[in-house]
Amino acid sequence: MAKLTKLALAGEGGQGVQSVAGIIVEAANDEGREALYIPNFGVEQRGGVSVAYCQISDEKIGSPKFIYADLVIALSDRAVRRTKQYVNKDTVFIYDSSIEDIEKDLPTNAKKVLSIPALETAKKELTPRVFNVIIMGAAIAATGVIDMDGAKKALEKRLGYKFEQDPKLRELNFKALERGAELVKSML
Amino acid sequence: MTAPKMPKSWRAETKPHKFCPGCGHGLILKALGEAIDELGIQDRIVFGCDIGCSLLSWDFFNVDSVQTHHGRTTPVMTGIKRARPDRICIAYMGDGGGYAIGAQHLVNAASRNEKITVILANNSNYGMTGGQMAPTTLPGMKTETSPYGRDPEATGFPTQGPEMVAAITRENAYVARGSVANVRQLKNYLKKALQNQIDGNGFSFVEALSGCPTNWSTNAKDTWNFIEKTMTQYFKVGEVKTPAPKEEKSNG
Amino acid sequence: MEKPITGEKRVFMTGNEVVAWAALAADVDIMYGYPITPQNEIMHYWTRLAPKHGRGFLQTEDEISAGFTTCGGVLSGKRAFTATSGPGNILMQESMTMAEMMRIPTVLVVQQRGGPSTATVIYSQQEVTMTCYGGNGEGLRIVYSTGTHQELFDYTIKSFNIAWKYRFPTFVLGDGYQAKMRESLHIYDPAEKGIKMVETTPFVGLAGTPGVDREPAHLRNTYNTEEELYAVVSDLVAAYEKIAPEIVEYQTFETEDAEVLILAHGIVTRAAQAAVKTLRAQGIKAGHFRPVTLRPFPTQELREVAAKAKKLLVVESAQGQFQKLVKDALYGLSVPMESYFKPGQGITSEELADQIKGGK
Repeated sequence: MAKLTKLALAGEGGQGVQSVAGIIVEAANDEGREALYIPNFGVEQRGGVSVAYCQISDEKIGSPKFIYADLVIALSDRAVRRTKQYVNKDTVFIYDSSIEDIEKDLPTNAKKVLSIPALETAKKELTPRVFNVIIMGAAIAATGVIDMDGAKKALEKRLGYKFEQDPKLRELNFKALERGAELVKSML
Repeated sequence: MTAPKMPKSWRAETKPHKFCPGCGHGLILKALGEAIDELGIQDRIVFGCDIGCSLLSWDFFNVDSVQTHHGRTTPVMTGIKRARPDRICIAYMGDGGGYAIGAQHLVNAASRNEKITVILANNSNYGMTGGQMAPTTLPGMKTETSPYGRDPEATGFPTQGPEMVAAITRENAYVARGSVANVRQLKNYLKKALQNQIDGNGFSFVEALSGCPTNWSTNAKDTWNFIEKTMTQYFKVGEVKTPAPKEEKSNG
Repeated sequence: MEKPITGEKRVFMTGNEVVAWAALAADVDIMYGYPITPQNEIMHYWTRLAPKHGRGFLQTEDEISAGFTTCGGVLSGKRAFTATSGPGNILMQESMTMAEMMRIPTVLVVQQRGGPSTATVIYSQQEVTMTCYGGNGEGLRIVYSTGTHQELFDYTIKSFNIAWKYRFPTFVLGDGYQAKMRESLHIYDPAEKGIKMVETTPFVGLAGTPGVDREPAHLRNTYNTEEELYAVVSDLVAAYEKIAPEIVEYQTFETEDAEVLILAHGIVTRAAQAAVKTLRAQGIKAGHFRPVTLRPFPTQELREVAAKAKKLLVVESAQGQFQKLVKDALYGLSVPMESYFKPGQGITSEELADQIKGGK
């Protein structure tokens, strides 16, 4: 994929947005692609919407921030409202179906708006703790910035030490990746 | 859901506040709010806050408030008090703002017996910037800039703020160290500190031992233990200096 | 002791981490610092890595002290540096001005944040005036404005050599984006690239008994008469102007036949370069001149390039601080100049391209 892909991931602090962003860009970097990632940050230590800006390309990347994203993933109502500004006609906008009463706040100018039951899937099929890994699966399926193998390798690199202690975690996380990708593929 | 009972001097519109869950600031500011209510001085207060987590209190109260620069709250409040002695000036800061960058201002305000009240939240680290070492970091305590534990041989022992202020002030000053582990006692110290200013007596200073579970990486139980049991090994809670009783008290 | 970096390798890290590694690789002896966002992580990495390589660290009581302790470290003959941002940079001006007067080769890394006052902890290019001309001096400083992590690494190492060779306080001017973002670069042992670290010499504490074995070092920055001062400052200025041509650095992108010339520095150069590409693909003759050193400013070089353009567009994340340097350099040139100011905000190539297309 030669073109530049811009992703904005947003959620409440603690939902794992920055972790997912970090793993995706590291995976892209490990594959020899150009990657740039910057978190948003304000003065508060906790609270506030957490936003991760990721860019992946085959050429050197320009400014760290962008006006419009190719993919926006919002995991809370505040995150939806916060990330609307990054949406234009080429943007795929994904939000978690567990967010209540959000219809009137969704963007109306996106290429596609998808609601995926990531949290529900995590709770019902896996464990709530891999919610953000499902989101990671969704992100890579929606953009193709890295393939499933690359994603699994990157997860292994980050969490390998935990997987060593409990190999079931590896299965769980890999399954979460795959489920996230499936959720998106069935809709796109 | 009904809102929890709040001091009258608190500004309800800015609640819930922005401090981390488990932060000591909320408790100190509650004690302060109640002190202000009980003394009936809400209309006379000018509240100054520093940089660091204390800055999040800039819109906390229904009192006129000024967020200043790091360590400069003491001189700004001094400036106001000198020009408008009828105001009750409170300088609110953390251990960095008071004992590091603001130390010279604290020392000089105390030395000149400025009739202001300095309230300092001591949580042994620089919270807002991510948990670096502070003057009051404990020996052996790991922080972002003492990753192997604070070595007192290299960087000294935790600053004894109230003791230092007590040493350089004379009989008109009120100096105490309270703790969020005993909010009633803390409120009592704050009231006395403010009364010292109301009476036009002199400098008043209260340090409050406070918690920072975010940067200490402690759960609720460990946070409390740290404040109650560990910090008190280095910081003695109690009144360090109380002014001699005056026969005639005038409103300062 | 083992070298912190052997050979060369590709890494993926934040700008703050890059600075710490560069300082290690440059054989820096000691860092003095004080917490202020967004540069804290330079200290976080340094305090973890430095002890493993026998280097020192002191967290001071504030930035005034961090700057003066750095002067002290340098006066003692050691490679010393400090880092700051925003309000901390303000406090550094006193010590850096002393360094200007006394020719103390300090290195200060600045990660710009919003201003004025506390503003934001995030990003800006609003410390240009202060870093180039702060304090009560004449701006006899060397300032590198970096835009990529590779440059942050290269120029942090270089700044120690330039400082010690030419004896003027040297600054690496980054920003909060560079500090916090992660991108790839190659870190290396300078020796691998034929870079030999310039020797340091102590100003004080030399061997022998002063007055007996050698003259004592009597260093001052105070003078009694106007005439005395004039002579001192004239000498400083002459020394600075003499070495300026050796230090000046700049880059040009498609400026040969450029009709619209974008002037930008630091991280904004990335947006400018990308905008030039986009515009050229659409048949617009855009070009970009980038000063790498803001001090000494590439005045001659910019004048030559700017004279050929039909229009200049000055772009910065500040309200004209960079433009003042540009105007100072271009005095007398009649090429029309426009500005695109976004104080404290990032600038994208899309908006620059739109700005230029809209203007045509």
